[in-house]
Amino acid sequence: MPNTVEPVKEVRTGKKKEIQGALGAGKRMVTIYVMGKWYEVPAGLTILKALEYLGYRLVRGVGCRAGFCGACTTMWVKKNDYRLYSGLACQTIVEDGMYLVQIPFVPAEKRLYDIEELEPTGSVVLALYPEVARCIGCNSCTKVCPQEIQVMDAIQEIIRGNIEKAARMVFDCIACGSCSLRCPAEIKHFHVFQLVRRLYGKYIAPKAKHLERRVKEIEEGKYDGALDRLIKAGPDKWRELAEKAQKGEEVEI
Amino acid sequence: MSGYPPEFRESIKVIEETREERLKITPPRISPEEKEELLRKYHPDYKKEAKRPIKIGASKGEYAPHEVANLLEAHSYLYMHALSNGVEIDLEDPDFDVDVLIIGGGGGGATTALWALYNGVPSDRILLATKLRFGDANTKMAQGGIQAADREYDSPVIHFLDVMRGGHYTNNPDLVRILVTNAPFIIKWLEDLGVMFDKEPDGTMIEVSGGGTSRLRMHSAGDYTGLEIMRTLMDEVLNREVRVLEFSPAVELITDEEGNVAGAVLMNLETERYIVVRAKSTVLTTGGFGRLHIQGFQTTNHYGATMDGVVLAYRVGAQIRDLDSVQYHPTGAAWPLQIAGQLVTEKVRSLGAQLVNVEGEAFVYPLEPRDVVAAAIIRECEDRKKGVITHVGTCGVWLDSPMIEIIRGEGTIERYLPAMLRQFLRFGIDIRKEPILVYPTLHYQNGGIKINTNAQVLGDGGRPIGNLFAAGEVTGGVHGKNRLMGNSLLEITVFGRIAGINAAKNAKHSHVGKLTLKHVYKWEEMLKQAGIETNRVAPMILPDYRGDVKYR
Repeated sequence: MPNTVEPVKEVRTGKKKEIQGALGAGKRMVTIYVMGKWYEVPAGLTILKALEYLGYRLVRGVGCRAGFCGACTTMWVKKNDYRLYSGLACQTIVEDGMYLVQIPFVPAEKRLYDIEELEPTGSVVLALYPEVARCIGCNSCTKVCPQEIQVMDAIQEIIRGNIEKAARMVFDCIACGSCSLRCPAEIKHFHVFQLVRRLYGKYIAPKAKHLERRVKEIEEGKYDGALDRLIKAGPDKWRELAEKAQKGEEVEI
Repeated sequence: MSGYPPEFRESIKVIEETREERLKITPPRISPEEKEELLRKYHPDYKKEAKRPIKIGASKGEYAPHEVANLLEAHSYLYMHALSNGVEIDLEDPDFDVDVLIIGGGGGGATTALWALYNGVPSDRILLATKLRFGDANTKMAQGGIQAADREYDSPVIHFLDVMRGGHYTNNPDLVRILVTNAPFIIKWLEDLGVMFDKEPDGTMIEVSGGGTSRLRMHSAGDYTGLEIMRTLMDEVLNREVRVLEFSPAVELITDEEGNVAGAVLMNLETERYIVVRAKSTVLTTGGFGRLHIQGFQTTNHYGATMDGVVLAYRVGAQIRDLDSVQYHPTGAAWPLQIAGQLVTEKVRSLGAQLVNVEGEAFVYPLEPRDVVAAAIIRECEDRKKGVITHVGTCGVWLDSPMIEIIRGEGTIERYLPAMLRQFLRFGIDIRKEPILVYPTLHYQNGGIKINTNAQVLGDGGRPIGNLFAAGEVTGGVHGKNRLMGNSLLEITVFGRIAGINAAKNAKHSHVGKLTLKHVYKWEEMLKQAGIETNRVAPMILPDYRGDVKYR
């Protein structure tokens, strides 16, 4: 039996109501407010699964469902707590008393550039995204990052022209836009970070010389003869040689 | 901080106690004969009752899982929602008239767009339509890496042999040849675009092993390899001002009077209005079928992975292959249940983690091809009863991730598996100290639409269907009946490029006649003649996970 997919269902067993499915029977319920509307959902569900449990069919605010795409940015407040929280709906468990909303889209303009014509300097980044210089160091961005990136520090590294350090710091960015929604300087961090990573990858990271050599060898037809013969030889030969290769032995055709 | 329930403690203790001994011995590789038996007995593909012959279309008689056959033997979405209810689709006055229409906004679509551009199609003559946001695709979720034989100790010939062996020698060798000989070029192209590959200080690529891969050939960017490639491609497509239409999946292709493809009907998911696109070349880069939950399996796939492209191509006469073979990734998360089925990258095994049962036995060589490892895990759970049973009755085995820190030094996980580390820390599990509970999960569509070496879609008699191209997971042939790790990111970029080049070439001379939906009416007629009475409608567009809940 596969580990089956079971939608979360409410089942009635005598007088007691129980929840079965993804999280097992007899789970506790918590109260959440979806865009202000009151609901009860099983404790332990992610925000995304709670919304679907309630009957929402999402088009915006949903993507890979695994924490990689940044489409499901969610913001919420909690009872008796003045703070505004944010996170990924697919990675955050519902809490009792959450007032939440899915962010359908983060308004932000990506500046256009020809990467071939840029230099990997802080001033190039500032010329394209001058608002970076408006950073007031409030650190609101860092506090909301679901990837635990030191967002503000990365912005400061950019201002100092340290592209390499900044690129490494922001490598895990999934462009959910939480930081940009909170930024008083109106920086669109995820676009800035994309530029910084490309500048590093293209201009600062040393090139792989072995890669260049191999591309040249292939272009010169070094492997054409062997591949012609190999394809002609058919499955028995492939099997024999492939098993040899698996053992780490040399393969000759 | 353990996020594991107390009842797992005992089992984890066994793993800890046996670790030192296990560090000394790796289980042996399985012989070809044993492998065959293991697959036959335990791999879900070999369950006869899980599939049936397809009753209709160009590959009538081919076997497919019921979930796939259900979508192929279904009414047209456009016919049911529009054509049969008198909703008019104005084909005379298309909303867009372009040279190249690309359907699908993942890595394959983005690569196609760039290579169509490089080959002379102006950016305003390309339209990239995608179901959700541009770049939200399985590409972003690919963690482990991308293969290319670019080292002295390796060659495209060995890469070829590995790919064929992984696919049980059922692959199309001509397509495999293209895959392996273009691989270094593609890595170079990505490097030049600015992809941050993991490198040594002198620029040498850090390359690791992968299941079924006989040489260290896996290039990566942490365990965000797909994300890094996708966002770089996307940035470039946007810089070049290609027109991108988000939240607009294709619901049907359009053909001209001669049966050549001439564009597509899209649907704006938010306004539910139809959009007619006339195109000289149409490219399908729609991805695979994880969200069909074949045989009830959980999936690693993106929300939009519903096999739409295969459905659309099949209705204009495309042949399909190997759709009966499904890739179950051996290591989907089995705990915590909130992320059940999500990917635990093969790189965890590449870096040294073993698969271990409740008795502390490493029961399989960890880097066998995926189908073999998946079958071995199912054998531990179902037959040998040596899996961990959760309180909801699901089963899993341990993936001993702390071994990585012992073998390769402390900090290795944080550096090379940041996504995995974060994923589990969110649920209170520190994979540097505790093992991961895993079970196979539906991961990849091995088969798909037949294409030739120019990425042209093949129809009746193996002849190309006019103006129609496809690349990536939507196609079949490259991986045969089982794909190896690191060859899917490679496939989308290698074949996306070929599709882009050929779509551009085709657009220069192709003739597109009057737009029609004749094939849709013909399809509906064929359903009737085949005696298929159903209310199923395809493409599915999005899965439906809504619960059936009432206010209390």
